[in-house]
Amino acid sequence: MKCTRRGFLKLAGVGMAMLPLSQLGINLKPVQAYAAGMKIDGAREVISICPFCAVTCHYIAHVKDGKIVSTEGDPDYPVSEGALCAKGAAQLSMINSHHRLLKPLYRAPYSDHWEEKSWEWTLDRLARKIKDTRDRDFKRVNDKGQRVNRVESIFHLGCSIMDNEECAVVHQAARGLGLVHFDHQARI
Amino acid sequence: MGSNAAEHHPVCFKWILRAKDNGAKLMHVDPKFSRTSARCDFHVPLRSGTDIAFLGGMIKYIIENKKYFKEYVTEYTNAAFIVNDEFKFKNGMFSGFNAVSKTYDKSSWSFKTDAEGVPLRDKTLQDDRCVFQLMKKHYSRYTIKKVSSITGVSEDNLLKVWETFAATGKKDKAGAICYALGWTQHSVGVQNIRTSALIQLLLGNIGVAGGGIEALRGEPNVQGSTDHCILWHILPGYLSMPKAQWNTLEDYNKACTPVSHDPLSANWWQHKPAYMASLLKAWYGDKGTKENGFGYDWIPKADDGANYSYLYLFDRMYNNKIKGGFIWGTNPAQSVPNSNKVRKALENLEWACFAEVHHTESTDFWKRPGVDPATVKTECFLLPSANRVEKEGSITNSGRWQLWHYQATKPQGESMALGAMSVSITNAVRRLYRKEGGTYPEPLLNLDFPDYYDPEKIAQKCNGWFTKDTTINGKLYKKGQQVPSFTALKDDGSTVSLNWLYAGGYTEEELGRKYNKSKRRDWSQTPEQAAIGLYPNYSWCWPVNRRILYNRASVDLNGQPWAPQKSVIRWDGSKWIGDIPDGGWPPMASGKGKYPFIMHKEGHGQLFGPGRAEGPFPEHYEPVETPVKKHPFSGQLNNPCAVIFDGEMDKLAAPGDKRFPIVLTTYSMTEHWCGGGETRNTPPLLEAEPQLYVEMSPQLAKEKGIENGDPVVVESIRGRVEAIAMVTIRMRPFKIQGKTVHEVGMPFCFGWTTPGCGDSTNRLTPSVGDPNTTIPEFKACLVNVTKAKKINELDV
Repeated sequence: MKCTRRGFLKLAGVGMAMLPLSQLGINLKPVQAYAAGMKIDGAREVISICPFCAVTCHYIAHVKDGKIVSTEGDPDYPVSEGALCAKGAAQLSMINSHHRLLKPLYRAPYSDHWEEKSWEWTLDRLARKIKDTRDRDFKRVNDKGQRVNRVESIFHLGCSIMDNEECAVVHQAARGLGLVHFDHQARI
Repeated sequence: MGSNAAEHHPVCFKWILRAKDNGAKLMHVDPKFSRTSARCDFHVPLRSGTDIAFLGGMIKYIIENKKYFKEYVTEYTNAAFIVNDEFKFKNGMFSGFNAVSKTYDKSSWSFKTDAEGVPLRDKTLQDDRCVFQLMKKHYSRYTIKKVSSITGVSEDNLLKVWETFAATGKKDKAGAICYALGWTQHSVGVQNIRTSALIQLLLGNIGVAGGGIEALRGEPNVQGSTDHCILWHILPGYLSMPKAQWNTLEDYNKACTPVSHDPLSANWWQHKPAYMASLLKAWYGDKGTKENGFGYDWIPKADDGANYSYLYLFDRMYNNKIKGGFIWGTNPAQSVPNSNKVRKALENLEWACFAEVHHTESTDFWKRPGVDPATVKTECFLLPSANRVEKEGSITNSGRWQLWHYQATKPQGESMALGAMSVSITNAVRRLYRKEGGTYPEPLLNLDFPDYYDPEKIAQKCNGWFTKDTTINGKLYKKGQQVPSFTALKDDGSTVSLNWLYAGGYTEEELGRKYNKSKRRDWSQTPEQAAIGLYPNYSWCWPVNRRILYNRASVDLNGQPWAPQKSVIRWDGSKWIGDIPDGGWPPMASGKGKYPFIMHKEGHGQLFGPGRAEGPFPEHYEPVETPVKKHPFSGQLNNPCAVIFDGEMDKLAAPGDKRFPIVLTTYSMTEHWCGGGETRNTPPLLEAEPQLYVEMSPQLAKEKGIENGDPVVVESIRGRVEAIAMVTIRMRPFKIQGKTVHEVGMPFCFGWTTPGCGDSTNRLTPSVGDPNTTIPEFKACLVNVTKAKKINELDV
């Protein structure tokens, strides 16, 4: 088995802490007590990828009681070798930002505020808007009588933050609906 | 060029610095002195929008001083091809221009062929109609004096860059050109990059270790989202968008599949029908039959000449042609140029569905400053999106590595992954159609679409499987078994693949044992791979785990590396060693080889590129808004094919407009990301970079009576933006055609939903686009700067 750099550091760390230092008569109790009190003690480690530029620096999320309590660069990714920039280093603050949207919101025509709605209500209402628009504006043929099967009055502006698998279903859904106004940030 | 990697791709920049430690020379050519410049051997400022002049001069230097790599150029590029006699170039214009449609008839931009249809070549490169001679003539006009006068770069600096870079034309040397969005965001964006491709082909720097043109891609999965083509004009795997005149799949295949008559050309796109049929089978499953073109009959088709990219979308929205739509993870009210027009256009929608992590300038457009919500009719849905760490799936980095990330926690609150939202919404619409019927529901109801979002299953389908038992090279693959690579895909409906490029990444060599290679974390490598930093067992890379594209151009005709000390591949007499070769054929000298540039019909690197909108050779044209009235290379001031709108909100300043004498360029910063929607809502990042500023030279500040830290107003003909003046020697005035031209630079990440930080810089930029991509010209327009009398947008 190949020992990864991070695994090696861990082993080395254990070796250093447990054997030579204690043999030298150093009292490790305070250090151990400090480690046990760290917020990542007992946390599960999960590999994720910074959601910003395409260097795709990997990071480790430490999960405890269903919450992410810490994030740090992943030294086992050969491109970033554990490094993160200011944005990557701010992952924890970003994930747990108090500004995050946590419920579907709805703004009625001419209203001056958002209101919280259930997913069920939102999906029903949205599906109705999509279907009504598509039913009204779908074109089977163009002015020349050529088959076109498209709806030009509905658009999809997507994003490059989507995973490959998300892009795959979004593309299939968009063409299934007949969309041609279909674009995203690769054109920015 | 066109990149500030130290600040915008800091983690990748350490590898560039490591190259410097190993003796590489680093040069930074960019309007602004930045932290990248500080780390380079030297920095050369140039006026925004003059890159082709700068590089065109370098092409002249390389050719006239014989610095090019002759064998590479002769054998692997189309330098020796003979161009048709009808092809002409005169006064900045190529043959075939139609002034009404602003497009070229490209039929004269073609090669002479023999009776079999194989291009004629003169390997001595002496024929005056060969590509090499035409190119030499074309760039002979780019004299150092003219280049210096229009770019604002001193002759000394020009020579310093040209000499240093041209030195990489030796066969065992390599040079890389790194760029970012700054290069694409011009009305000549594609030709900026093509000019660098010309240089790299002349110097033999493509396909070799340490060479190439590195797109430092700005967005988190922009490689993957482009491969999956979330774009109107292509289908997953870069397949052409169907057009109305191609009524059947047969018509489509006939029109879109290139045919080569040269037995030495692999012409890889000849396999397009297999990739298209597999995609359609993935979309329509058993409902896709030979009779309906595997579902081709149902999918949307664009009219010939139509353009559905977002500049056109917002123009149509402004003109009330668009009724509703989805804006997911993007903030056009902030990041699309001429954002005052975009913001106004959104008010014309009947409904809009946003998916976001935070409120943005787009989601809340109906209550933006100066607008009474009671006047805005749009019905808005704002769906809470999960963070990446709350879902699993794969993304693809700038080097095409497909990388799996894992779910750490459930999405917070009721937030949801975008993929799950798409599946839920689509299925809700499908349920309604099943219940009520409606206009032509077949394209939607016949989809082979998941009931719920499962990234592993979709990843398997991206790779694809057989729809019947199939034997390949004596090995039996059962119906439903994963295909081993895209070479197994067929045009007869017997294979399924959502994206041919990703076929090979999720295989099943042993029935029942599916293998997601994007999860591999194995660092093992051979000494040769280690010497050039390849990690072939870490994750997986499209295509077929090939890490360096066009790597057969890194060897001579006998398959031996030009640079043995950093060999990418090598022929050992019976097989290739090193990276996965770009096609496994033996070396060219064997007579059984294939030309290395397999994605081009003729198999050669295209010095003469017949496919681009505005010409086969890049030519300098000024930005659409330019401080000069003429330039020294021709009488054609701007790109004749540039995408320009002429509505009431699409004003453009005239060339040399005295009201707007200053060039504006825009940029990102380390602490904020793109429009800033996420990073402005992350307290430590906002604290580090809290407010919009404009960088200007001390000379300009003095002219305008502005002190460092003063609130100022930056105005273009389209809009007005408040910012704090940052007076700095990082910006320097340019001497252009004997006169001083100032340039200022601004970030574009601040918006009104974050109080007091300023609002969109893109209220200044024009809705003008490159004719090939419709990417807007964000990076060069005209403004004026004045000291502010009153401030509304900034907390000061």
